Amino acid sequence: MDAASLTAARPRLLTMTGVGKTFGGDVEALRGMSLEINEGDFISLLGPSGCGKSTALRLIAGLIHPTRGSIRWDRPKGEGDLGVVFQEPTLMPWATVEDNVWLPLRLRGRPRAAVRDDIMSALRLVGLEGFARAYPRELSGGMKMRVSIARAMVTRPRLILMDEPFAALDEITRFRLNDDLLAMKAEIGCTVVFVTHSVFESVFLSDRIIVMAARPGRVIRELAVDEPYPRDESFRTSAAYVAHCRAASEALHEAMGEAA
Amino acid sequence: MSLAETAAAAAADPEEGARARARRIEAWARWTLPVAVLVLVILGWHLFVTLNRIPHYILPGPVRVAEVIVADWPVLWDGMLVTAKIALYALALAVLGGGGLAVLFSLSRWTEMSFFPYAVILQVTPVVAIAPLIKIAVDDAFTSALVCAWIVAFFPILSNTTMGLKSADHNLRDLYRIYGATRWQRLRYLELPSALPYFLTGLRIGGGLSLIGAVVAEFVIGTAGTGLGLASMIQEASYRLNIPRMFAALALIALLGVAIFMALTLLSHLLLRRWHESAVRREA
Repeated sequence: MDAASLTAARPRLLTMTGVGKTFGGDVEALRGMSLEINEGDFISLLGPSGCGKSTALRLIAGLIHPTRGSIRWDRPKGEGDLGVVFQEPTLMPWATVEDNVWLPLRLRGRPRAAVRDDIMSALRLVGLEGFARAYPRELSGGMKMRVSIARAMVTRPRLILMDEPFAALDEITRFRLNDDLLAMKAEIGCTVVFVTHSVFESVFLSDRIIVMAARPGRVIRELAVDEPYPRDESFRTSAAYVAHCRAASEALHEAMGEAA
Repeated sequence: MSLAETAAAAAADPEEGARARARRIEAWARWTLPVAVLVLVILGWHLFVTLNRIPHYILPGPVRVAEVIVADWPVLWDGMLVTAKIALYALALAVLGGGGLAVLFSLSRWTEMSFFPYAVILQVTPVVAIAPLIKIAVDDAFTSALVCAWIVAFFPILSNTTMGLKSADHNLRDLYRIYGATRWQRLRYLELPSALPYFLTGLRIGGGLSLIGAVVAEFVIGTAGTGLGLASMIQEASYRLNIPRMFAALALIALLGVAIFMALTLLSHLLLRRWHESAVRREA
């Protein structure tokens, strides 16, 4: 099935048209990227280092602006419509878990008492309701990442951007978080754009995989993973999963071959 | 794990038991060893003076110094108050000046570019060389001593806090931008807490320097008969060859320095113990 048509029936969330980014006048990080993100999509950006996948994420986040092309939200982006999870948990070490999760709401001037329920339900979502008063240094790497996800979800955003969030974690923790991430996404019904360099992770999580190549960063292939959600452990061992992994792997090799 | 369980585990595991014992001994030695060294040095000093029959106007023994401290206590205490006041006021002003300037620098890069070089110049010019000028410009001896001590104490606080304000995690900065934080929110919730450990380091350095600044200022400014604190007392006593009083005043200055350092260390520990690596006790 054609990847774009898989989720095309869903309402459009954001459209990137011919987006390019050149840093400092001569470093072309991204060239001609067009992408339609629909509500409820789980999109992975898969590619080797330097393929511009993080640049694409920063462009969508509005942290940098495109040199060429345009990025358009279908409905104007409101406060709290966007959540971000970085590769590091990026928590404030001086603040407790609940105060870290409170941050997006606090910056909008909401007192903690007024949003206590939101904070607690975000913590419940990631399975850390018992750790509200803990400090980040008291938590394991996986738990810190869960707090980071709770912080991104506390505003119930329409779009969550994740930049290799589980790359630094061990495989067992990563599998658990992949399972849980799909459950959380289903529960709050958001859209996810997920940067990764793991073929397996991208196939397990996404319904569309955007394969990117480096120098200059560009999209070379779009793959559909037309398998139903919820996906669980049995999906990881299914023939369909293996076939998708092979396809994604080949596309990735192609991407790396072109770069070399 | 509860305390009782911990104790039980330690009892069951010889290695853990040995480790717990080693920790107890270390905690005890941390205080007793320095005190033992102090006692030995004073004893050695006493023996050296008595056995060699050294006259007290060359090197007084510890007993004589202690006698002077007791006998001259009212004078010494007044002097100590003055010196402590100069040092602590200077430190407080340095916190306001250095910390405030650092915040101002972080809010405006243009201000930082314009003024930071002059803060450096003020710092690298020896205070001993500036003090006579300040003495001319400022009538009151106490105020001019305060200015001298402030000049010495404020730079470490300024430079440390400036660095701390810049050290906030750049991903967190991005996050604040994504959530549309105002400049004030970013300063208050992100940059000031990030700068706190750096500021406290600057404060501890500044605390020691403020006392040095106060002593230097008293030496330079107190000469014209405007007796100030302990340091002018040392100078005056040396003119009168009252060597035991010099030692007494010196001992009290050292005591004051230790007190300032310990107070600031305690403050730093209390503020950072919940979250900062430097203050967190790790499991072995």
